[in-house]
Amino acid sequence: MRVWLWILFASVTAYATKFAGYLLPRKWLANPSVPAITGAATVGLLAALTTTSALADGQSILLDSRLLALAAALVALRLKAPFIAVVAIGALGAALGRMAGLP
Amino acid sequence: MFTPGVRTGLWVGLATGLYGISFGALAAVAGLDIPQTCALSLLMFTGGSQFAFIGVLAGGGSGLAAWSAASLLGIRNGVYGMQLKALLHPPARLAPVMAQFTIDESMAVSSAQADPAERKRGFWAAGLAVFVFWNLATLVGALAGNVIGDVKAWGLDGAAVAAFCGLLWPLLSGRKPVAIALVAALFTLAAIGFVPPGIPILIAAAVSLIAWQLLDRAGKTGASE
Repeated sequence: MRVWLWILFASVTAYATKFAGYLLPRKWLANPSVPAITGAATVGLLAALTTTSALADGQSILLDSRLLALAAALVALRLKAPFIAVVAIGALGAALGRMAGLP
Repeated sequence: MFTPGVRTGLWVGLATGLYGISFGALAAVAGLDIPQTCALSLLMFTGGSQFAFIGVLAGGGSGLAAWSAASLLGIRNGVYGMQLKALLHPPARLAPVMAQFTIDESMAVSSAQADPAERKRGFWAAGLAVFVFWNLATLVGALAGNVIGDVKAWGLDGAAVAAFCGLLWPLLSGRKPVAIALVAALFTLAAIGFVPPGIPILIAAAVSLIAWQLLDRAGKTGASE
């Protein structure tokens, strides 16, 4: 039930953010800092999400097959693989690690 | 009917829709049931935020932390809204509908067209095509994710790592974003042991804004000398 409330709250926030863009005065757009700041926040958030999903285990750091997934994904990205292939290759990297008996 | 903007929009929709399968599967792994997973794709409808939301929950983070990460990542859609309003000059009654379809893909396809009428067609084609395929694929992924028993054996936790990495990669053009990403990653790593799951991500967001400001100032002094 709690999860449902957060889903709805987050969805309303997402819609309100999108719609706010259509309502805000145009002079905000003329300020070059606005897109730059949003860009910086996006990069920071995604870097943090990559880090926690690769290394965090609750409140501690755990080195396991997820690191193989990260390495495999980075190679795929360097080779300009499309997003869906990168995700699949990441899964394959972790699955192979576990098959080999790694944590 | 199949003008360049419409064609590009449809292709982008089809390709992006495929990511929906990975989202659906990862949401199931994060502990959401099928209606909850589909509700995120239908209502929130912005991929990066959806991945962030389930990523925080999967890591044991609170609903508040998941909401914060998703909402911060969604701010760029507001900027797209401003840009699309300036680009397409939509009538006021259409803006509430356009808002729901204001995402990375519709913005990209629309702004890539040279002709004003084509920009409109590109926006709608991409927005609607992504919506249809993304939601269908989410359902397929959620069903598949619920069938899969052992998440780790299938490497689905690795798929989440790869998904975030794949979303970040195209943004790393130039030294500044790379520096911000490294600083954010380091602060996240340092914070993991000290605060509840999900919070390191919010700390990193704040740190990346400070880093951006410092880099911006350094860039300006460098240019004036």
